[in-house]
Amino acid sequence: MVAIFFRRILVAIPVLLAVASITFFLIKIAPGGPFDADKAVSPQVLKNLNEAYNLDASNWEQYIDYMSNLLRGDLGPSFRFPGRSVTEMIATGLPVTFELAFYAILIALVMGIFSGVLAALKRNTFLDFIPMAVAMIGICVPTFLMGPLLVLIFGINLEILPVSGWGQLPGDKILPSLTLGFAYAAYIARLSRGGMLEVLNQDFIRTARAKGLTERMVVVKHAMQGGLIPVVSFLGPAIAGLLAGSFVVETIFQIPGLGRFYVEAAFNRDYTMILGTTIFFSAMIVFFNLMSDLAALWLNPRSRDAS
Amino acid sequence: MIKKINVLSITLIFLIGCSENISPVDSGLENQIYHHGNGSEPQGIDPHIVTGVPEHHILISLCEGLTIPNPNPSGSDGYIPGTAESWTISDDGKEYIFNLNKNAKWSNGEPVTADDFVWSWKRILTASLGSQYPDMLYYLEGAYEYHNGLIDNFDEVGVKALDNHTLKVNLKNPTPFFIGLLSHYSTWPVHKETVLKHGDIDDRNGEWTRPGNFVCNGPFQLKTWELNNKIVVEKNPHYYDASMVRLNEIHYYPVSNVMTEDRMFRAGQLHLTSSMPTQKCPIYIEEKNPNLKIDPYMGTYFYRINTENETLSDVRVRKALAYSIDRQLLVDKVTQCGQIPAYSFTPPGSNGYQPTTEIPYDPVLAKQLLAEAGYSSDNPFPKLEILFNTNEGHRKVALAIQQMWQNELGIEVELVNQDWKVYLSREMVGDFQISRAGWIGDYEDPNTFLDLMRPNRGNNKTGWENMDFDALVEEANTINDQEKRYELLYEAEKILIDNMPIIPLYTYVRVYQLSPDVKGFNPHILDHHHPKFIYLERD
Repeated sequence: MVAIFFRRILVAIPVLLAVASITFFLIKIAPGGPFDADKAVSPQVLKNLNEAYNLDASNWEQYIDYMSNLLRGDLGPSFRFPGRSVTEMIATGLPVTFELAFYAILIALVMGIFSGVLAALKRNTFLDFIPMAVAMIGICVPTFLMGPLLVLIFGINLEILPVSGWGQLPGDKILPSLTLGFAYAAYIARLSRGGMLEVLNQDFIRTARAKGLTERMVVVKHAMQGGLIPVVSFLGPAIAGLLAGSFVVETIFQIPGLGRFYVEAAFNRDYTMILGTTIFFSAMIVFFNLMSDLAALWLNPRSRDAS
Repeated sequence: MIKKINVLSITLIFLIGCSENISPVDSGLENQIYHHGNGSEPQGIDPHIVTGVPEHHILISLCEGLTIPNPNPSGSDGYIPGTAESWTISDDGKEYIFNLNKNAKWSNGEPVTADDFVWSWKRILTASLGSQYPDMLYYLEGAYEYHNGLIDNFDEVGVKALDNHTLKVNLKNPTPFFIGLLSHYSTWPVHKETVLKHGDIDDRNGEWTRPGNFVCNGPFQLKTWELNNKIVVEKNPHYYDASMVRLNEIHYYPVSNVMTEDRMFRAGQLHLTSSMPTQKCPIYIEEKNPNLKIDPYMGTYFYRINTENETLSDVRVRKALAYSIDRQLLVDKVTQCGQIPAYSFTPPGSNGYQPTTEIPYDPVLAKQLLAEAGYSSDNPFPKLEILFNTNEGHRKVALAIQQMWQNELGIEVELVNQDWKVYLSREMVGDFQISRAGWIGDYEDPNTFLDLMRPNRGNNKTGWENMDFDALVEEANTINDQEKRYELLYEAEKILIDNMPIIPLYTYVRVYQLSPDVKGFNPHILDHHHPKFIYLERD
């Protein structure tokens, strides 16, 4: 497993460099620039701005300049927010996005695994149909509908939870975490049901039962270990998706996370911010995919023993 | 297990439900903390670099120029003393002497001097700073030349400190709206020592605007700034008029999603919203929602016509398009939020300006004009394209106009929506036929609109050049007598509407929600509200 880990890390470096290079040239191709505004600036002012941000150099010069700064860990200044560096802005939004993703994944795991395992154990009963129907709704209802619905019920009608904010008012983290967590809970429920059903039919489960183990031991110790491998494999991309895709929830609930910087940077043509956040999210995706692959290897006794 | 979870969740909900739920608006009333919805995250708070409306809302509490907007404007009395307690204007209207308030201080307690203004204006006119608003000071002698490198010596620019508290300004021409310009943040002072402590005069990225570093001369000072979350400003004890300031803090929230902002207002988290979801406006009007405010606003929604396009270069075609639009129907059935049909480019009424231009809704005349231009069933009018930036409101207006042109003139129209930056770049290079546009005045004078359409202006974008129009606007800016000046501008406005390089559609209104607790917040045509007049009180 250690060898796999290092091999994958080595592969990740060229992947990230390729992402940075492709993104760099893609944003150069995109029409419009960071200083285009409704009130157009004079050619003289535009020239001054381009000089201030080295945009008057050729694309190749800018590329070499950017990549050499990147290798030194410098993501440059934001074009949209003068006086702020991209690194600083990522560092500001990241803890919030991580915290939101953590609560969401926790909710998703608890709700998803519980209902999925229950559905598998009580196959073809109401305890199977109801959680699976709810899960299907969770998959189908997008967060931009789920969020406002929860706000309408708990924030505006019942007046028991704040409708927006993060860490500003008591309880303001509940609704965004639920909104984001619910969508993933639905996937996890279906995956854990499928995984469990497959494992529950296998011989070693029959053996465990024949040994006289209690049903709880059979499910928790033997069945879940194998049955939840699909969930673990899903977790890597899911966490990466949660981090990069929390934009909608961050916007609905006015949360100062990284997702909003990411999307707004693209709209504003904030070149350095687009590059910085893209490279950062790519690194996150590579990292969490690697972690989930390693966890799945470890959970599977055959591959664990082989390594 | 299930029972335990049920009991736990019920207890949780019960606990949350029973906890005392005081909204920020309620607690704000007690502590004089004003919660302000502010659109998007401000680019920054350096008055010489930033450009937007959210930035203005924050800066008006932190810094102060020579004049401030009158909270109760009447006639020409639109501006009242700010850092300058009085001023005199020479008979020829070209020389201004400002007497600064001797008690005016920076938020660190140091006095504000005339030299501070001279240095600040030098900073915004320093080309390498890359300020986007140097033209606000181009009315000064030598300012354009200094900014464009034609002269190197700032002493040749028309601004001098006669002593610590007297500032002399020399203008190229009498500029009757100059006092109004001074309430724009680009002309406000910055604290020289603080700026230079964190960088050079032309450093865009200096950290002097951070909490703990920021020093300015407004009624409030910067307390905290959490990116994309909120900016908090607190009362500045050194402000010369601190006894007048009743608010203790203002919390600015960068809520870019209008639906979220509406929900925050309804849940008592905001006193003021920056805008309104367009689809909710007619509902709130029908419900007679007392929090909904619709105020006059100095802005025009219009369509730009690319006059360099072969089809649209014919003025008869442009007029036919303009005359077949029922503006009243557009505001009654499409925008539905109190907008006013526009028959001139400059909104009427601002600072006594009442243009007399007319744009009839006359489909018969429109058809006749199109026929005169040579279009008939044998030579049908080619397909037209309306370009707009992706936005539901713009789409609805474009749909209505598409329908009107189709029905009245039989013209086929295609709607093209583009991402904001793509739309801007297409407009800039003239890659459009007809494009949606809006313009909000920077100061209260028709010049802020008419100047736009002069030849070689970057925001003209229509390719239309008319030397008579240009001469009239130019001449108007050399005349001190407002009445005579307006006569010339009315004439210029008439030439513009006769040539129709733009089709005015409606005059904007400022639509927002305001808590009844907020007092001292009066409608203002430029949406300038000085926070020293605002306070919270429940009836």
